[in-house]
Amino acid sequence: MTRSKKWIVPTLYILFLMLPIYGLLSMSFKTTNEILGGFSFFPQEFTLDNYIVIFTDPTWYMGYVNSIIYVVINTLLSVTVALPAAYAFSRYRFLGDKHLFFWLLTNRMAPPAVFALPFFQLYSAINLFDTHIAVALAHCLFNIPLAVWILEGFMSGVPKELDETAFLDGYSFWRFFIRIFIPTIAAGIGVTMFFCFMYSWVELLLAKTLTSVEAKPIAATMTRTASSSGYELGLLAAAGSLTIVPGAIVIYFVRNYIAKGFALGRV
Amino acid sequence: MSIELRNVTLRVGAEPHIYETSLTLKPGGFNILLGTTLSGKTTLMRLMAGLEKPTTGEIRTNGTNVTGLAVQKRSVAMVYQSFINYPSFSVFENIASPLKVAGLGKQEINEKVHRFADLLKLTPMLNRLPRELSGGQQQRTALARALVKGAELVLLDEPLANLDYKLREELRDELPKLFEDTGSTVVYATTEPLEALMLGGHTATLKEGRVVQFGKTASIYRRPATMESAEVFSDPPINTAVISKSGDQVQLGSVASWKVPRELAELPDGDYKVALRPHHLLLDGGGVEVNGMVQIAEISGSESIIRIRVNGNVWVSQTQGIHSFVYGEKIRIYFDAGNCMYFDADENLIDL
Repeated sequence: MTRSKKWIVPTLYILFLMLPIYGLLSMSFKTTNEILGGFSFFPQEFTLDNYIVIFTDPTWYMGYVNSIIYVVINTLLSVTVALPAAYAFSRYRFLGDKHLFFWLLTNRMAPPAVFALPFFQLYSAINLFDTHIAVALAHCLFNIPLAVWILEGFMSGVPKELDETAFLDGYSFWRFFIRIFIPTIAAGIGVTMFFCFMYSWVELLLAKTLTSVEAKPIAATMTRTASSSGYELGLLAAAGSLTIVPGAIVIYFVRNYIAKGFALGRV
Repeated sequence: MSIELRNVTLRVGAEPHIYETSLTLKPGGFNILLGTTLSGKTTLMRLMAGLEKPTTGEIRTNGTNVTGLAVQKRSVAMVYQSFINYPSFSVFENIASPLKVAGLGKQEINEKVHRFADLLKLTPMLNRLPRELSGGQQQRTALARALVKGAELVLLDEPLANLDYKLREELRDELPKLFEDTGSTVVYATTEPLEALMLGGHTATLKEGRVVQFGKTASIYRRPATMESAEVFSDPPINTAVISKSGDQVQLGSVASWKVPRELAELPDGDYKVALRPHHLLLDGGGVEVNGMVQIAEISGSESIIRIRVNGNVWVSQTQGIHSFVYGEKIRIYFDAGNCMYFDADENLIDL
């Protein structure tokens, strides 16, 4: 292939990847009638009505707010808890450390459906049902092991001598951990937060089971609307398009670190 | 500061890392730990720093027992082989960090950091991050951080090993000067006998987790107390052989014989051991003549290093000039019997 034709393959590849997203986006600017009427590549009657509904109707926009609240709580909680745990796994040898590490990972292997019913009962019993913290805590079951696993890889890439140098310089453990160690693995924390965020953002089953009105996530709102008031496909497409946005924003910030995470073989 | 290791041992699990060791370092000077990799240099340093707790025995500084004392409470600084700096701190912040933790005033920190940055030629890099520096500059930053603390005990664990040849020589010349006025006790680990000789001071030769000998560097080199010490303190490896004394002659198998030296004159006939440094084994000149067979000849700069099979032992000759030989070639080599060191059956030096 000559030099000037090199753009063809990547362009086709990107077009191919973007096609479903384009489909969703173009649907979100159509009326439901047009969508049901037949296939068209461009919206015939371009409309922003779907988006206006979402941004003005609290049952819609509160879905996003609820999702963002519990996702942020979960991300912060997971990373905060995983940081010391990952440090212990990376720096100390103790009885059963490898088994414990593996056991943590097995939590990620279990399907959420296994936990849905017991969680529902448990959270109802302690009056946490339909709260943001309930979903945030439930997602910790999957996100903390993931965070420990990713962070341990990044931390093990930092030589132990760094810790020792700091202690010899007179740093107490926590001062060293917060002032020196955390900035050193900032990239790893960014990657970890991204993965926690994404998992919690897309998880539907537990989020739906543990909420009803007050903390109902956007994904649940989308499924319920589809069944109750007929097929509001335009509205659903707009809602779907908007669910991509937070993830895209987070990806933008951590895009350079993700490659590093892959290089460490942990992501 | 005086530091003393008293009957210290270290076992990790069932595996002994340091066998029982007692060692009192020379306060306020260079103390060199010389030994091959895995001889226990780093472990000894970690014990002195308090990063490792001895299984038995105690570590005393200035006469008080500090075994088990927290690292933070000791007056110790350490520089590692692998350029350890705080990656998220600038060079200035790196050097300032021990002072900041100690709670010094801004003015004083500023003044001290600049003084040591000047001394180590880091002034133009003060605002850079460690990863933006060359290896030599990174190690200088680590040294500056160790110096600025004014620690009574400074541990340098092969600080020059990862530097290129030029930088290593440059920094090696500077090191003794840097620590001259601080009054710190410096411990310097190295695998290279030549480096130990250049730095002077006192040396402890180490082998497989044991301190073989401790004393003035030059005198250990000249009169190693044991065969092991002589082996550690020689690069290329020292030449050894069993000789037998009978009457007024000593015999090295069937390949050489010479007049009984003064060291052995009073001793009974029998087997002894002899050690001879490679640069005392020459291709020409007088003295004792030995017949051997060339194994391999390498050229290093203006010197040749020739491995020769002599009566079942492989000997090394380090000799001026470029000489090439082929494998199996018969060769005559010479040494001055006055340069030989003699050891008894227990491998202890026979000294006059």
